[in-house]
Amino acid sequence: MTLTDLTRRTLMASTAALALGLGAVPAAMAQTPEDVLIVGQIAEPKALDPAAVTAVNDFRILMNVFDGLVRYRDGTLEVEPALATDWTISDDGTVYTFDLREGVSFHDGTPFNAEAVVFNFERMLNEDHPYHDTGPFPLAFFFSAVESVEALDETTVEFTLNAPYAPFLSNLAYPTGLIVSPASVETHGEEVGRNPVGTGPFTFVEWRSNEAVVVEDNPDYWDGAPGLEAVVFRPITDANTRTAEMLAGGIDLMVEVPPVALSEFQGDAFTVHEQAGPHVWFLILNAKEGPFADKRVRQAANYAVNKEAIVNDVLEGTAEVASGPTPPAFAWAHNPDLDPYPHDPDRARELLAEAGAEGAELTFYVTEGGSGMLDPVAMGTAIQADLEAVGFDVTIETYEWNTFLGEVNPGLEGKADMAQMAWMTNDPDTLPFLTLRSEAFPDQGGFNSGYYSNPEVDELLEAARVETDQEERARLYREMQTIVQEDAPWVFVANWKQNAVTSERVEGFSLQPSFFLLLDDVSKD
Amino acid sequence: MAGYILKRLLSAIPVLLGISIIVFLIMAMIPGDPATAILGSYATPENVEKLNRDLGLDKPLVQRYFIWLGNMLQGDFGRSFSLNRPVIDEVLERFNGTLVLAGTSFVICSFLGVAAGVVSAARQYGLADKLITFVVLLGISIPSFFLGMMMILIFAVNLQWFPVSGMWPIYGDRDFAALISHLTLPALALATVATGVIARLSRSAMLEVLRQDFIRTARAKGVHERGVIWRHALRAAMVSIIPVLGIQAGFVLSGAVYIEIVFQWPGVGRMLVDAILTRDILLVQGGVVFVAACYVMFNIAVDVAQSLLDPRIKT
Repeated sequence: MTLTDLTRRTLMASTAALALGLGAVPAAMAQTPEDVLIVGQIAEPKALDPAAVTAVNDFRILMNVFDGLVRYRDGTLEVEPALATDWTISDDGTVYTFDLREGVSFHDGTPFNAEAVVFNFERMLNEDHPYHDTGPFPLAFFFSAVESVEALDETTVEFTLNAPYAPFLSNLAYPTGLIVSPASVETHGEEVGRNPVGTGPFTFVEWRSNEAVVVEDNPDYWDGAPGLEAVVFRPITDANTRTAEMLAGGIDLMVEVPPVALSEFQGDAFTVHEQAGPHVWFLILNAKEGPFADKRVRQAANYAVNKEAIVNDVLEGTAEVASGPTPPAFAWAHNPDLDPYPHDPDRARELLAEAGAEGAELTFYVTEGGSGMLDPVAMGTAIQADLEAVGFDVTIETYEWNTFLGEVNPGLEGKADMAQMAWMTNDPDTLPFLTLRSEAFPDQGGFNSGYYSNPEVDELLEAARVETDQEERARLYREMQTIVQEDAPWVFVANWKQNAVTSERVEGFSLQPSFFLLLDDVSKD
Repeated sequence: MAGYILKRLLSAIPVLLGISIIVFLIMAMIPGDPATAILGSYATPENVEKLNRDLGLDKPLVQRYFIWLGNMLQGDFGRSFSLNRPVIDEVLERFNGTLVLAGTSFVICSFLGVAAGVVSAARQYGLADKLITFVVLLGISIPSFFLGMMMILIFAVNLQWFPVSGMWPIYGDRDFAALISHLTLPALALATVATGVIARLSRSAMLEVLRQDFIRTARAKGVHERGVIWRHALRAAMVSIIPVLGIQAGFVLSGAVYIEIVFQWPGVGRMLVDAILTRDILLVQGGVVFVAACYVMFNIAVDVAQSLLDPRIKT
């Protein structure tokens, strides 16, 4: 008799006794209702005001209640019309004029028009706006290039930028650019985050704190009524509990399945979905001082780390090996000719010998977990072992996520030689622009915590940001990737594949590279 | 008596002030600020500074403390950054959840624990005693969160007798039966360790009493064995069992944190853990002060009740 047998028996006996004692032996759990999709989310939403939130968890709800002027075309990260039907860009790239969709109403019945667009952006950007105090708006800087927003007439709106800024359209497709009913802001004030009113496929019904957010279908949706009657978003923080709910039939769709739990969902009763997203997991190397000031040592680190083993064994195939700073999800801007650094310990040792850096001591910052960081402690340990195998001497220092950011973002100088980091972005501009330019050193307000500096890269990134022709922009980004891979300011490790599981009753669901959760084409029997 | 109560209430004021200062300082000193937590990857020094200003965190420490204290004295605990709602609403709602869970667990572990202890003692070294001792030691040794996960796997996923998580059904009536079906697993998981401790201590308390003269007298004058055990011995043993129950009540309340996480129970423990991780300063401060105030009031009530019951305790 094993220990578990005994425990189980004991527990069964005592549970049965209690249930009988209370006279309540519940029947088998009821199935979830037809046409109502129950989604297992990773946390309670912070707020449902698109301008005020920053978390993917909140975006998953918002994208179903609100629309932006533009959106990402299904399965891509390229923009297409949404509330705006068309737009023109002035030749100098600073004036964007949008034609708005006619006859669209917010869920509260008020009309969607140019004034509503102006209201939304003024509220976020203009400190004197009467409803600016309904913030704070932490991602307002996405639109910091916007100098003015004007309603030319009922259905035309014009944005004037202070300088050409190519990621502007892409930022409009991001949740921060979703359009909120001005009337709802006026009515609810700072409570607007708990009373969302948009134009999207689903209408907000109720938010029961710590239990569920309920939305129901908007039959008048301009892009066709959704296939579901309602969606219930349930926060289930613990990944094991979320897995158990999925197995027990308490939820129909589960996001962020832990890699080790994926094997539970083999078989016909469930479908596992996977989608690579605009995510990069990398190690920042301190290029200013210490062993990594030498390019050969940085390349040696890239050769030394066994990325294949990390994505296959540690992450159970939920990620792919990264080749450079731009993830393949940005299909148009990614350079497909770049192969990842192969795992080649001998080459690494050679490079170390050349640089005279054998036995170099490294301090390695590792976090316990955080947004997009996957399984950082296990990954950090594997990396440490790989680096030691080629002759580095690596000391790990582990920090809780917010403390970690507080250590890494101000720069690694004088503290560490390398640090883990991960980014999810909506435009190929964001990550390299904020982390690889000489002008993005931490003391200048950027995230170049490893002090990488290459004038050529600076030039390419500056040029790409103001270039409105997409093909030319792509060429600039591809060239940048080739140089950055060769310079190796980071160890390029992984691109995460987001996953989700649906039950067999759910149809028409697919994950998006944007990591948003779009449910208007989903149905359930 | 009224003077005593007043005196006790007045003495609670410095305690609560002390707690408010300590929790305020801890939140001010822990590395990582709320703006960084909210901005995540986008936490540039510039963005952090602006957001801190919007959140009112750019003022000097002492000034911030007195603003917070002043608002709190007027009943305003502020707004949670991470949940975007008044702190007091969240705390009250969550505290209610914890009380339901911990209260039920406490009732279960008190009755089961004392009963198991009494039976063990009455059948010392008998089969029942050995069996109970074995089961009880097993219960004490299993970490409650692990037990909770195993219970979910067996009774919710495989047998489907109970729901996996939450306090109320997502659909259907919020009636008593629904609450019981959601409450059973977490309450049992939480009660297991405490039941074991109470059973062990009840057993030794009973054994001590059973050796005393008045028990032999009771048996000699022909009292039925059941009467001896449950009426005479247990009553005497309760004197030393009750303080143990008091300690276990605190244990159950604090142990609820793990169970709340595993079963996604909307309780105050999980709220505080989440709030610390997101650096939701006002929610942590408000939550801790509220819970501390409840503890202090509870203790005063116990002391007052004891002094009413036992004249030896000086007022």
